[in-house]
Amino acid sequence: MSQADETQTVDQDGVIESVSGPVVTAADLDARMNDVVYVGDEGLMGEVIEIEGNLTTIQVYEETSGVGPGEPVENTGEPLSVDLGPGMLDTIYDGVQRPLDELEEKMNSAFLDRGVDAPGIDVEKQWEFTPTVSEGDSVEPGDIIGEVPETASITHKVMVPPDFEGGEITSIEAGDFTVEEPVAELSSGEDVTMHQEWPVRQARPAAEKRTPTVPLQSGQRIQDGLFPIAKGGTAAIPGPFGSGKTVTQHQLAKWSDADIVVYVGCGERGNEMTEVIEDFPNLEDPMTGKPLMSRTCLIANTSNMPVAARESCIYTGITIAEYFRDMGYDVALMADSTSRWAEAMREISSRLEEMPGEEGYPAYLAAALSEFYERAGLFENVNGTEGSVTAIGAVSPPGGDFSEPVTQNTLRIVKTFWALDADLAERRHFPSINWNESYSLYRQQLDPWFVENVAEDWPEVRQWAIDVLDEEDELQEIVQLVGKDALPEDQQLTLEVARYLREAWLQQDAFHDVDTYCEPTKTYRMLQAIKTFNDEAFDALDAGVPVEEIQSVDAAPRLNRMGTADEWSEFIDELETNLAEQIRELY
Amino acid sequence: MKEYQTITEISGPLVFAEVDEPVGYDEIVEIETPQGETLRGQVLESSEGLVSIQVFEGTGGIDRNASVRFLGETMKMPVTEDLLGRVLDGSGRPIDGGPEIVPEERQDIVGAAINPYSREYPEEFIQTGVSSIDGMNTLVRGQKLPIFSGSGLPHNDLALQIARQATVPEEEGDEETEFAVIFGAMGITQEEANEFMDDFERTGALERSVVFMNLADDPAVERTVTPRLALTTAEYLAFEKDYHVLVILTDITNYCEALREIGAAREEVPGRRGYPGYMYTDLAQLYERAGRLKDRDGSVTQIPILTMPGDDDTHPIPDLTGYITEGQIVMDRDLHSQGIEPPVNVLPSLSRLMDDGIGEGLTRGDHGDVSDQMYAGYAEGEDLRDLVNIVGREALSERDNKFLDFADRFEAEFVEQGYDTNRTIEETLGIGWDLLSDLPKEELNRIDEEFIAEYYHEDEEAEAVQAD
Ligand SMILES: Nc1ncnc2c1ncn2[C@@H]1O[C@H](COP(=O)(O)OP(=O)(O)OP(=O)(O)O)[C@@H](O)[C@H]1O
Ligand SMILES: [Mg+2]
Repeated sequence: MSQADETQTVDQDGVIESVSGPVVTAADLDARMNDVVYVGDEGLMGEVIEIEGNLTTIQVYEETSGVGPGEPVENTGEPLSVDLGPGMLDTIYDGVQRPLDELEEKMNSAFLDRGVDAPGIDVEKQWEFTPTVSEGDSVEPGDIIGEVPETASITHKVMVPPDFEGGEITSIEAGDFTVEEPVAELSSGEDVTMHQEWPVRQARPAAEKRTPTVPLQSGQRIQDGLFPIAKGGTAAIPGPFGSGKTVTQHQLAKWSDADIVVYVGCGERGNEMTEVIEDFPNLEDPMTGKPLMSRTCLIANTSNMPVAARESCIYTGITIAEYFRDMGYDVALMADSTSRWAEAMREISSRLEEMPGEEGYPAYLAAALSEFYERAGLFENVNGTEGSVTAIGAVSPPGGDFSEPVTQNTLRIVKTFWALDADLAERRHFPSINWNESYSLYRQQLDPWFVENVAEDWPEVRQWAIDVLDEEDELQEIVQLVGKDALPEDQQLTLEVARYLREAWLQQDAFHDVDTYCEPTKTYRMLQAIKTFNDEAFDALDAGVPVEEIQSVDAAPRLNRMGTADEWSEFIDELETNLAEQIRELY
Repeated sequence: MKEYQTITEISGPLVFAEVDEPVGYDEIVEIETPQGETLRGQVLESSEGLVSIQVFEGTGGIDRNASVRFLGETMKMPVTEDLLGRVLDGSGRPIDGGPEIVPEERQDIVGAAINPYSREYPEEFIQTGVSSIDGMNTLVRGQKLPIFSGSGLPHNDLALQIARQATVPEEEGDEETEFAVIFGAMGITQEEANEFMDDFERTGALERSVVFMNLADDPAVERTVTPRLALTTAEYLAFEKDYHVLVILTDITNYCEALREIGAAREEVPGRRGYPGYMYTDLAQLYERAGRLKDRDGSVTQIPILTMPGDDDTHPIPDLTGYITEGQIVMDRDLHSQGIEPPVNVLPSLSRLMDDGIGEGLTRGDHGDVSDQMYAGYAEGEDLRDLVNIVGREALSERDNKFLDFADRFEAEFVEQGYDTNRTIEETLGIGWDLLSDLPKEELNRIDEEFIAEYYHEDEEAEAVQAD
């Protein structure tokens, strides 16, 4: 069941027995698990989540105030599904794929009313369809049969639905069609339209999962430089409130080199979604120069929207992501925050009086999380194309304590861990990704790409940076006891180099026009410049120059300006020359 | 309207009654005690034949002979512009001896969620006149920015100062707009309430205020309704009558205690530290009722106040709040005992909407950089204080000593200002530059070189050194 089918009145298939918040039980309803039902006189949308004897338990995706026993329940007989087809990009949906702009219009209000349906894709709009196969060609489920220019940057591929039989094409034609009109007929008797439906809780099929070897370039120095993620990889961003999870996700949605971005605002702030809607149309994709919004699909279940739709919004998002993957695209899915999703599961579970697991979360929490992240990956699709879904989930641990169940269960699954740190955030060191705690298990498998595309000595230079930061960490403990000036000169110099690594390289201002995006080559060149300072400085120290003199060369603090400089390449060239000259002048 | 005398169980704030016709979830209930007193409640769970009711005033006086009436509607707030200037109790009934309220509309108090598509991103700078807020944690129209405080700290003084001083500097020629203030008190003491009322009366603010009073000795369950009445009124004034509304809710901690009490009475599986598992969602339903809408002139800005039990910001109340609100202003006990007024600790404080509300054309071009640099400088100075305790000032480099001085001056001159000083943003930034000019120029790596050239003043630094 999906939104494209409009239902007007509610048939009485069953009767409400009781109502408690988002959980309603109904009697006499003949339903299967996960069937979508319409509840009460207003026809609120819900989903069957438990069946016990004659009683069916339903989670309702809308507010239930005023709904009472005796009201009707109608079963659609179909599971919760999304509408797939052209028109999903440059759109914002709620957790059950109702377009929010459409809802505003239908409800004629800025506030979300209930009992209003709207299809996930526009059923009236005409799209320009161009076939890529001909009559007589034989096609299988999943095969691409034509193209539609969906937005400025994305060509939508029209595919034979995975649950079709397939066969020979008996008729296909170019032209303008709505998503409901057949664009091709098959010998099997099946008509292919541009509209598919897919149940959200079921992964779309793929031929094979492969090992990813290409990074999702993030445009963020600490991520590309130290903790890269692969296209088709998984990552978690845990951190206490205000540490920068959302800004990090927004940065990836803006600057990463994914083809498609699916951004799920799960139980977070309304204004953060508004910010995306207002900003993205005016930002350019650094790869294509096209407005960012034209590659983006937003799904919003804000913290004050019904909690059951929070549980479903993650599935809605990943299903849309898989659909674009099937076309051969690299899709990045951000989920902010998976903790709210887990809490929604907990709330529903406790209303069902299920036996709670750790900290009240349902016992299936770990399974639900791993099922979700398993749907990410680099895939050979059933139609032979290669596509990927990269899944990046924010985690909001209570009290910022990473030992809680959602963080821990997530860490067991994901391969990239960007640990946000309240202490760094307090001193406005952003992104506040802690370089000692974070890791990426993709480093080795992505190194060949960096070596080939960025710099031959990428792995070595990165290792140098890691070593310096590690050494700083150890030295800081001594400094805390005796002060910096009590250290030997070479160690003082190491601290100075580490400071530049932190302040000039790791730190990156998301709100600075230039600094907000840093391509991998710039990330490398900036690091090289700091290494130049390091190498020249240690040579000078060996030659007997006092450390204060080395530190106070004019060029050194200019390292801090590399990120924000307009012409970064020229700036860094000049800076490296000046550093070498000025330090060599000292001896 | 049917009347029942079918109460089967009374437990804590809850009453269970048998019914023979369906009753809607969340509907309002009136219970008449044998003594003739009328209490109000709300349906918490409705099933065939049985409902559980949460009674706002508490269940004292109810027995099994009490009669129960279901009003067939969810709770409504009668709204009208005439509410301005009025004082109501925690359930919305006038307690100021004034005339009956003639409502223009009756609105559901469980406000519907704002469609994120219909919002307008808040970015209009509100000048509160408080440097630690304007300079470092800027408030904007439509933001929800709580004060995280502790018991005995002067959060009320700060809240009142903001309510008195908040203005939105308008383009020349336009009049400055004043805020309408909605004050929602939940479980505060009479003394605290007087503090607010006296100030409102003294400054004439009462005329453009609506006050909702649930005091410490008022029923706890009523506290779950008070903020919803306040916010419904705020939304009405903002989005139907074009007011810029400032909502002060205090104390959220008492609100959460009431939630916990109800949860316990319902024998729910408790979440962290006994608070209900749905407290995040519940709080979000309050805090998210702030903001701006496309095509509407008004706005709802929220300043909720909460006292952190044990000054612990990982406690579920501040923790869940911080995860929902757009930052927080944190009051600090040490600064308070040093006599700093207001004792705002800027390091854990944050305004997430600051970046879009400041800068060229809004406040001043250098604002963001100055703020970042002061954060970094103050954090560094703070770190060094620990070290000084061990090794002494002499063992530190000249650079480190400058940062120590910076941290001291930052507290004594920038944060400290008293509750009656109203600083313009120019003054605030001016003080910032005075302090930053004491640091070596090349240390100001967060500030654009253009701004350093414009605002950094070396001569004063030299004077300061001579004066020492
Ligand atoms: N990369 C960055 N550059 C500049 N500022 C940043 C950066 N990351 C975070 N910030 C600052 O930190 C603030 C909080 O970040 P953010 O909203 O992302 O936190 P969060 O972890 O998502 O918090 P919550 O869990 O409450 O949603 C931002 O408003 C911004 O001021
Ligand atoms: Mg966030």
